[in-house]
Amino acid sequence: MIEKILVLEVVLPLLAAPVCVLVRHPRFCRLFSLGVVAACFAIAVALLVEVRGGGVISYQLGGWPPPLGIEYRVSTINAYLLALVTAMALVVFSFDSRGGPPRVPEQRRHLYYAVFLLCISGLLGIAITGDAFNIFVFLEISSLSSYILVSLGGHRRAVMSAFYYLVMGTIGGVFFMLGVGLLYQATGTLNLRDIAARLEPSLDDRGTVLALALLVVGISIKLAVFPLHHWLPNAYSFAPPKVSAFLAATATKVSFYLLAMVLFTIFGAPFVFEELRLQAVLLPLSILAMFLASGAAIFQTDLRRLLAYSSVAQIGYMTLGLSTANATGLAGGLVHLFNHAVMKGGLFLVVACLLYRVGSVHIDALAGIGRRMPLTSAALVIGGLSLIGVPGTVGFVSKWYLVSGVLERGWTAAAVLILLSSLLALVYVGKVVEVVYFRKPAETQPIDHVREAPLGMLAPAWVLAAAAVFFGLTTDWTYGVAREAAELLLAGGI
Amino acid sequence: MNLPEALVSSVGWGLWAYWLLIALMMVGLYIVIARDNLIKKVMGLNIFQAAAILFYVTMAKVEGGTAPIVPAGADHAGGHGGHEIVYSNPLPHVLMLTAIVVGVATTALALALAVRIHGDYGTSEEDEAVVYDMEHG
Amino acid sequence: MKPPSRVRQMPILRVIARALVPVILLFGLYVQFHGDFGPGGGFQAGVIFAAGLIIFALTFGAETLRQVVPVVLTERLMAAGVLLYGAVGVVAMFLGGEFLNYSALDPLTTGHYGQHLGIIVIELGVGIAVAATIMRVYYAFVGRRTDEDRTGADPALDAGAGGEAS
Repeated sequence: MIEKILVLEVVLPLLAAPVCVLVRHPRFCRLFSLGVVAACFAIAVALLVEVRGGGVISYQLGGWPPPLGIEYRVSTINAYLLALVTAMALVVFSFDSRGGPPRVPEQRRHLYYAVFLLCISGLLGIAITGDAFNIFVFLEISSLSSYILVSLGGHRRAVMSAFYYLVMGTIGGVFFMLGVGLLYQATGTLNLRDIAARLEPSLDDRGTVLALALLVVGISIKLAVFPLHHWLPNAYSFAPPKVSAFLAATATKVSFYLLAMVLFTIFGAPFVFEELRLQAVLLPLSILAMFLASGAAIFQTDLRRLLAYSSVAQIGYMTLGLSTANATGLAGGLVHLFNHAVMKGGLFLVVACLLYRVGSVHIDALAGIGRRMPLTSAALVIGGLSLIGVPGTVGFVSKWYLVSGVLERGWTAAAVLILLSSLLALVYVGKVVEVVYFRKPAETQPIDHVREAPLGMLAPAWVLAAAAVFFGLTTDWTYGVAREAAELLLAGGI
Repeated sequence: MNLPEALVSSVGWGLWAYWLLIALMMVGLYIVIARDNLIKKVMGLNIFQAAAILFYVTMAKVEGGTAPIVPAGADHAGGHGGHEIVYSNPLPHVLMLTAIVVGVATTALALALAVRIHGDYGTSEEDEAVVYDMEHG
Repeated sequence: MKPPSRVRQMPILRVIARALVPVILLFGLYVQFHGDFGPGGGFQAGVIFAAGLIIFALTFGAETLRQVVPVVLTERLMAAGVLLYGAVGVVAMFLGGEFLNYSALDPLTTGHYGQHLGIIVIELGVGIAVAATIMRVYYAFVGRRTDEDRTGADPALDAGAGGEAS
C-alpha cells in the first residue's frame, strides 16, 4: 500500500499550496495545511517503518522506468530525512503564532501558507528523489520559498537579509546545476544510482573533479559551511520566528543529506576520502566553524542572532562527522541532524514565545524573565543544556558518537577540540541563563505585565524540549536509524 | 598539423565554447560582487545563470545533428531512406527550460525584494543601505 | 489621476498594437496546441499569450487591462493551472497507474491515446499557470506606487508565490 502512495509525500503539499491560494480563507488555510503536514508525517513514518532493516521502495514517476524516468527511491536515510522534515513541520505548524508574520495582512495570509507548503514540498522532494536534476528543481523550489519566508520578518533588515540569501542561494544553485551538468556529460544519465554505477572517478579526469568541486561548493553555500555561512545569521535573526524555527530545523539538514549523498553515493568514499582527501579541507573548516561561530555567538546581544551563530557552529559538528568517513562518526553527524533540529527548533519556538510576550529578545530585555515566564524559560534552559551537550540531553548523544568516530579515526586532537568547543557553548548559554534567571530587570523596562506564553505556543515548544530529553535518554530510535543510514551511505547505496 | 591548428590545440582553444562561457560566468559573478546597485546585482546573477544554461545547450549539440524531431516516414530505428539520421540531444534543452523558469522566478523575486528595499531604505544602493542600517540600528 | 502618458497618445503605437495583439494571442494558442505535434508547449505559449496582453497594457494602460483580466483572476488562474496539472497526476493514480502515468488515463485501448490526452491537459495547465503568473508579476510591479510601500500591495509575496507556482 505505502509504495503506491509514496509520491503523495511531495504531491500533497505541492497541490495544497494552490488550494490555499484558491480558497483564500486564512483560518481554513491554517487548518488545511496542518492537516496536510500531518498526513505527510504519517506517510513518512510508515515509510521509515517499512524500510528499516535495509528495505528499499522505488517509485517510477509517470510509469517510466529508471534510468530514463524520474525515480523516487526511499531507503533508510531518505525516510529518516522525510520523517525529520515532516515532524518539524508538524510541530511548527501547530505553533499558534497569533496572527502570523507581521508583514502579512490578514487578506494575504493564504499566500503565506501556500509558500510555506511549497517550501516543505521542496525539502521533501530533495530527500525523496533519485534524479539529479529533479534535486536541483526541488532545491530551488525550497530555496525560493525560504527567501520569501525570510523577507516577511517585520524589520526592514529582513528584506535585505532575504536579498543576500537569494544572491548566495542562487549562486549555490547554479553551481549545483553545473556540477550535475558535468556529471551528465561524463555519464549520459541523471539517475543518481546510474551515475554512481557509470562514473569512474579519478584525479586525472578533470571534468569529474570539477563536478565534485562545483557540487560541494554549491551545496556548502546552501548548508552554510563555515566560510560560506554569511547569509545565515542575518536570515535566521530577521525572519519571522516560526520561519526561523522551521528553517533552522530542516533546511540545512536536507542540504547536509545532499552533501553526504554526493560524496558517498555518487563519488564514493574511497575516491573522496582516500584519493582526493577532502577531509584535509573539511576537518579544519569544521573545527574553525565550531570555534569561530561559537565565539561569535558569545558576543551577540540578540538571542536570535546568538542562536543563529550557534547553528553555524553546530553545522561544523555535522561536517566533522562527515569528514571522519567511518560508520560511527558519520552516524554521529546524521544523528546530530535530528538532535540539532529538535533543540534548535525548540529554542527558536521559545524565542517566538518571548517575542510575543516581551516584544524583544535583546539580552537586556530578558532580564528577570525567568520568574514571569517560568515554563518558557525552563524550555530555554533545556535547549541550552542540549546545545552544550550535557548528559541526558540529545546534544550529549551526538557529541558522544562524534568523539567516538573521531577517536576511531585516530584524530585525538580533534576529539579534544570538540570537548573544548563545548565550553564555548557553555559560555553563551550560561550568559543567557544568567540574564534570564539572576539579573534584575532594568528600571526602564518593567516586566510586571509579562505573563506566561499562551498554551498554543508553549505546547509545541515543550514538545521539542521534552523530545530533547527523551531522545537524550533513549537512543535506540535515533541512533539506530542514523547508524543504519551511515552504513548504507558508506556502502555506497541510497 | 599546421601552425594554427597546433596553436589551437596547445592552448585548448578547441574548447572555445567553454572558455566563452566561463568568461561570461565570471562577468556575472564580478557584477554580483563588485556592484552596489541591487538591480545590477540581479542582472549579474542573470548573466551568471545564462552562462550555466549555455553550458547545457553547448553540451546538447551533436556535430551534424538535426533537430530531434522524427520526420514523417522514418522507421523506428531512426533510419530515413537507408541512411541514419543524427539527432541533437533534446534532454539538456528540456532541463534548461526548467532552469529558465527557475531563473525567471528568481529574478521576479529579487526585483520584488529590491523594490521593497527601496521603499524601506529609500535607496537601491547596497552601501547606502548599510550606512542607513548603522545609523538607525 | 495621472495625466495620460505620451505613449498612449501616439496613434501609430495604438494602431499597431490593436492589429498585433490579436495575432500574438492567436499565435500563443497555436504554440499551445501545436505542442502536441511539434515544437511548442505550455511554457512558451503561456509567455507569448501573457506578452500579448502586456503589450496591450503598455499601450492602452494597465487599468484597461485590469478590467479585462482582474488581478484576482490571475491569482486564481495561477493556482488553477497548477491544480489542473496535479489533477491529471492524481487521476492517473486513481485509475491504477503511477502519478502522472498518462497511459493509465485510457485503460481501454492499448494505443497512445492516454498519452495524448495526458500531455494536452498537462500542457494546458502549464500554459494557464505560466500566462497567469507572468501577468501577476507584471501587475505586481506596475501597480506599485511609492506611498503603498508599507501598507499596500505586497509584491514580494505575490511575485514570489507566482513564480514559484510555475
